[in-house]
Amino acid sequence: MAEKKWMPRWFYQLASPRWCYQITGKLLPWFALAAGLLLIGGSFWALMFAPADYQQGNSFRIIYLHVPSAILAQSAYMLMAVAGAVGLIWKMKVADMVLKSAAPIGASMAVLALATGAIWGKPTWGSWWVWDARLTSMLILFFLYLGVMALNSAIENESTAAQASAVLSLVGVVNIPIIKYSVEWWNTLHQPATFTLTEKPAMPAEMWVPLLVMVIGFYCFFAVSLMMRLRNEIVWRERRTGWVRELLSKQ
Amino acid sequence: MTMQTNAEDLQQQSLSGLFWATCRREYLLSFRRKSDLVNPLIFFLMVATLFPLGVSPEPGFLAQLAPGVVWVAALLATLLSMDALFRSDYEDGSLEQLLLSPQPLFVVVLAKVLAHWSVTGLALTLMAPLLGVMLFLPAEGMPGLMLSLLLGTPTLSLMGAIGAALTVGLRKGGVLISLLVLPLYIPVLIFGSSAVQAAVTGLDLGGYLALLGALLALALGLAPLAISAALRISMSS
Repeated sequence: MAEKKWMPRWFYQLASPRWCYQITGKLLPWFALAAGLLLIGGSFWALMFAPADYQQGNSFRIIYLHVPSAILAQSAYMLMAVAGAVGLIWKMKVADMVLKSAAPIGASMAVLALATGAIWGKPTWGSWWVWDARLTSMLILFFLYLGVMALNSAIENESTAAQASAVLSLVGVVNIPIIKYSVEWWNTLHQPATFTLTEKPAMPAEMWVPLLVMVIGFYCFFAVSLMMRLRNEIVWRERRTGWVRELLSKQ
Repeated sequence: MTMQTNAEDLQQQSLSGLFWATCRREYLLSFRRKSDLVNPLIFFLMVATLFPLGVSPEPGFLAQLAPGVVWVAALLATLLSMDALFRSDYEDGSLEQLLLSPQPLFVVVLAKVLAHWSVTGLALTLMAPLLGVMLFLPAEGMPGLMLSLLLGTPTLSLMGAIGAALTVGLRKGGVLISLLVLPLYIPVLIFGSSAVQAAVTGLDLGGYLALLGALLALALGLAPLAISAALRISMSS
């Protein structure tokens, strides 16, 4: 009698760098296609057909970039922490690589969210930056990404670097809710909300459907970018194995 | 039955024995290098001196700034002292022996961090009123300042130790620790300086202190796990 199977077979297959390379190679074109279609279609829809906001006019359209990037910045951290946990528990090399590949993408998403927020803030609030709770917690999330990336690049041994960043991202994940709530609470304490995000009275469907399209498009883009980085990382780390040499000599 | 309780007793004894032995070793080591004990305190004092010079010596303005400045200075002083926590043990090989010993690492790590806190964080707490006076913090704020530091600095030490454990194998760990740990310090800073402000304005402190206590409880329970894991990872290469 075989042992009870806790995990589906593909989970273990993904753990093998070679399999993972092949699977992501098959998935990559589809995700790329989906990301391209959704992002281009969503952008046209959002920028040309969605109605303008009755208060903010056309400047609100930046949310079609801002919201997806902010959502992704948070999801990427979660993915990083989950990959870190998987790497620590099952000692999977691929999970380590996912962690390393996800960090720069998440950090750039956080930068994009901050930058689009600042550009939107200038006409709406009259200043590039306010110490609003949400802005501040996004900035701190960005710092957490920088910490993981700095640690990862400071340690030379690859597996030690991966494990150390896994521990750090898990510590970060425990702290994110605490940071988020403390910052929100601090803001309400220190300054009465001079600026509030104009409460959207239940966005009409013409506005949120393109937003949803953009969010899904961003997720597909994230998947594409993650897979490309991951494949690169796999080839680099497995450069001494037979199958990678074969692969490279074919090209 | 008696055998079992005996064994349990013995284990408990040895755990607390382990805790105190580790503390004693830490105290011995740190009192033999007295300059390391005093350096964070001097740093604390110097940072607080910079603010009136850099911003404005006007008492009313400084009094407004004081809670935040004292807290930020305490935070940075704790952070600076963290790098030394495992460094010398790492260099002379005793850290490896600690990891190899059959005793639970959780207890050893907790003892090390708490002993380290009592010579840095506790000392900073005791010194804080001096800085408060220098920065014209109203007298009503002093109990709030000391209580919040008393509850907040152990959390800072515990979280800083995670960063120290992750970077112990690296030669240039100092700056990296700050990068890793500073974002994690933010909640403690927020609640700590709010507690002082509440004390100055005569509001109730209880809520802030309760939150600081909750953070401390969380850190006491979880941080030693992360520290031990990080130490094992750092020593594995």
